Amino acid sequence: MLTADRMIAAALMLLSLYFMWHAIELPIGWNGMTGGPGGGAFPFWLSAIMFLAAGGILIRSLRGNSAYSGDFFDPETLRSVIGVIIALTATVALIPWGGAYIALPLFLIWYLKIFGKHGWVLTLSLTLSTPIFLFFFFEVTLKILLPKGLTEPLFVPLYAMFF
Amino acid sequence: MELLGHLADGFATSLSPLNLMIVILGVTAGLFIGAMPGLGSVNGVAIVLPLTFIVPPSSAIILLAAIYYGAMYGGAISSILLGIPGASTSVATTFDGRPMAQQGKAGLALIAAAVASFVGGTVSVVLFTLFAAPLADVALAFGPPEEFALVLLAFTTFVGLGGDDVLKTIIMICLGLILSTVGLDLISGQPRLIFFDQPGFYSGVSFLVLAIGIYGVGEILYTIETSKSAPSVTPAKLTFKELKLGIQQMNKLWRTMSFGSIMGFFVGMLPAAGATPAALMAYGLSKLMSKKPETFGKGNIEGVAAPETANNAASTGSLLPMLTLGIPGSPTTALLLGGMVMWGLVPGPMLFIEQPDFVWGLISSLYTANLAAVLVNLALIPVFVWALRMPFTVLCSMVLILCIVGGYAPSQKMHDVWLIVGFGAAGYLLRKADYPMAPLVLAVVLGPLMEKSFRQTLISEQGNVLAFIERPLSASFIALSVVFFLLPLLKHVRRLFRGKRAEV
Amino acid sequence: MTYSFIRGLGFAVAASAAFFTATTSSAQDWAPDRPVEMVIMAGQGGGADRLARLFQSIIQKENLSTMPILPVNKGGGSGAEALRYLADNEGENHLIMATLNSYYTTPLRNDIGVDIEEFTPIARMALDTFVLWVNADSDIETLDDYVEAVRAAGGSWKMGGTGTGQEDSLVTAMLENEFGISVTYVPFSGGGDVARNLVGGHIDSSVNNPSEALGFYQAGNLRPIAAFTPERIGAFPDTPTMGELGHDLVYWMQRSFVAPKDMAPEAVAYYTNMFEQLSQSEEWQTYTQEKALMAEFLTGDELQAYFLEEREKHAELLNTMGEGS
Repeated sequence: MLTADRMIAAALMLLSLYFMWHAIELPIGWNGMTGGPGGGAFPFWLSAIMFLAAGGILIRSLRGNSAYSGDFFDPETLRSVIGVIIALTATVALIPWGGAYIALPLFLIWYLKIFGKHGWVLTLSLTLSTPIFLFFFFEVTLKILLPKGLTEPLFVPLYAMFF
Repeated sequence: MELLGHLADGFATSLSPLNLMIVILGVTAGLFIGAMPGLGSVNGVAIVLPLTFIVPPSSAIILLAAIYYGAMYGGAISSILLGIPGASTSVATTFDGRPMAQQGKAGLALIAAAVASFVGGTVSVVLFTLFAAPLADVALAFGPPEEFALVLLAFTTFVGLGGDDVLKTIIMICLGLILSTVGLDLISGQPRLIFFDQPGFYSGVSFLVLAIGIYGVGEILYTIETSKSAPSVTPAKLTFKELKLGIQQMNKLWRTMSFGSIMGFFVGMLPAAGATPAALMAYGLSKLMSKKPETFGKGNIEGVAAPETANNAASTGSLLPMLTLGIPGSPTTALLLGGMVMWGLVPGPMLFIEQPDFVWGLISSLYTANLAAVLVNLALIPVFVWALRMPFTVLCSMVLILCIVGGYAPSQKMHDVWLIVGFGAAGYLLRKADYPMAPLVLAVVLGPLMEKSFRQTLISEQGNVLAFIERPLSASFIALSVVFFLLPLLKHVRRLFRGKRAEV
Repeated sequence: MTYSFIRGLGFAVAASAAFFTATTSSAQDWAPDRPVEMVIMAGQGGGADRLARLFQSIIQKENLSTMPILPVNKGGGSGAEALRYLADNEGENHLIMATLNSYYTTPLRNDIGVDIEEFTPIARMALDTFVLWVNADSDIETLDDYVEAVRAAGGSWKMGGTGTGQEDSLVTAMLENEFGISVTYVPFSGGGDVARNLVGGHIDSSVNNPSEALGFYQAGNLRPIAAFTPERIGAFPDTPTMGELGHDLVYWMQRSFVAPKDMAPEAVAYYTNMFEQLSQSEEWQTYTQEKALMAEFLTGDELQAYFLEEREKHAELLNTMGEGS
């Protein structure tokens, strides 16, 4: 827990340095021409405060004044959390190519059948009904088109029918 | 007297069978749209707007009002059941609504939200009817310094000292404010913080993306960990008895609700402020005034009632600057404004004089829509609560799908969906390390207005920092925010002293 | 639910409208087979957004397109996001973009890797006008009063407008150059916001579009001083133009549609024809008159030539502002 606390604080310090590096592209001081702070001032000085505060946490934790004990991760749950993150990443990566109507059902099959250990009846009924719901709710009713990728031509007749 | 006549005419129109049907359908549709994470009244209104040129204008207004109110009520539903604020206006509702749902009191929380919304809506419609014209002048008195002072006030009522780890709170506020500066710097017109040269960052990091990431994906990761197989949400049952009990409980909340409605209306009425600061301030203030502030954030029913009254009151209030000044306070009112322009109405001070039919027709539609919304909502609460009884993995998979699609829908960019996954993972880690999430989300919501009004003031006052305290309105807001900022600290110190004395 | 009910009603009306327009629109050899994305270069609620949504509703009402036209706001970075999106969708036939003057200024001010010369011009629907406004409570009645008052304020005169580098700031720069004055330019997030702050006395003058200030003008809160147009604007017959007062200051806001590079010629013809019919619709005609818009329809190569010419002008203007890069 203590290690994790320190690592997160250090990561936040790095992140604030990265923000500062971006912010200095615009003036960070008092802009004499227009009056008032320049465009980079807000992000820069806020990052500086964030850097100091994260540094404070790091120092506090190194001094051993941290209230935490025990493990940050428990190995078994960590595995399921990482599993879900990987599945989500894969799904999102697949959407531009295979389209939402392929990627999302695949995610559902994985989540319900493999991760959740549900039966085929439940898995398949949800996997089939979700895309239908999404199509009618988002595309037909709200007129928000979801990405289709390669499956785009398959939807042309559906468009002709519902729009 | 003339006013009452106009109102009566308005009611006669809005109560015709066709219009009643439109109201009920509109409210129901709005409720479902609002209950989807990512979607809100703006989506509903955008869809319906082109259709309003086809139906008679009076029905069109009613339909829009119904969708607007329905979505407002719906926002509370996703905040309470899923813990994902459907819109920035319902952020504050998650703070206590979600814990209530986890304790198996989802039904009660939903009832509280519905009743509170109804009270807020009604009070503000009455205020609107009585004071619309004179209040327009108050809105005009609001320049950049006042806007800044108001945002500061909203901030400090919420984030006082004390409570969470101070250093971690500061980090989260800074992080939120930095994220809110991503995109275009309005003042210099230059892009800034375009990470990795991704064009998606030009439009900044939207509140919705952050909220869906942190409260949607992050929350699910967090609950997967705490209980992989056991449901994290206690299955809630809702019987008629409980419904009655819930309404009885609401009876004790009159103080919170009346305060929330009046404040919500006045804050919502101010241009550029709108319903989000109103809801946050109502939450913060009712926590400050409460005898048991420590129960807030752990499932206190007042913490649901206060923001819900305020945000509904504010949504009505925000129609005031739109109608009288032509200034939209939110994307939704901006669309409504566009609609009015297309109907050939010119919003502005003359609207009340030249188009009384429209104005009072709208107001009476608001009454009707509000009433219909609370009835439909109460009737549907058992359905929503039932959804929570799904097996945990089923619920989680559905919520994740909604996070992906709901995150994509508003701006239709995959970029935002990636950000949601990223924020989800990062939010999960930060939460585990006890970083508070509410200040982060709050900062992203209020940050842009805060920076803009601060710099606008300094530019127009040639860099004179004293401008904020030279004007009476902004000076009093700033004084109030200093008080609110220090209040929890003072209480804390006093308690320390008392504790010491008791020990001695 | 509501939707399908209303849509049913809508169909009845639309179908009768379609009956009359069918003869003109059936002679097409290309039609969209899926909904068309209409990217808007500005955020929700602004002038450009409202206009684009007006076009969408007229198209829907008059049944000018077989597939729905779906507006999507990509206003990030003064339209940089929309421009990049258009550039990334080369050859796409189901994408059009509603533009405003940031179509020129955004690529000029920042290197976003977009050359507008590559895009396919569709149609210019209108030119929006600019007027110099002051609060009606002030003593300023004429342009001379105005210039004098600004000089007397010695640089602390507050001119409100939209973001720096956008149209209002360019018009302000033109004013400053022409009269040798200097003002404090305060950027706001939208034209409506500017008008309200002017009425509330938080700023001293503005160069709002007429549509943004019209409500306040009718209520007697704002006073037009001069118009940046060659001829007087119909809605303000008593307001002189800058030209009449001996100053050659003219500035327009263009409202046009463009499409990605290499859109199929048949598709270009389809959209051009759609907007031509739109420009002849009764709603559009009334709207342009009421809102003091100049409905000057332009298409094809002429439009492209116009864009390039305007880009040159804006490059010069930005240079005189001292921040062309």
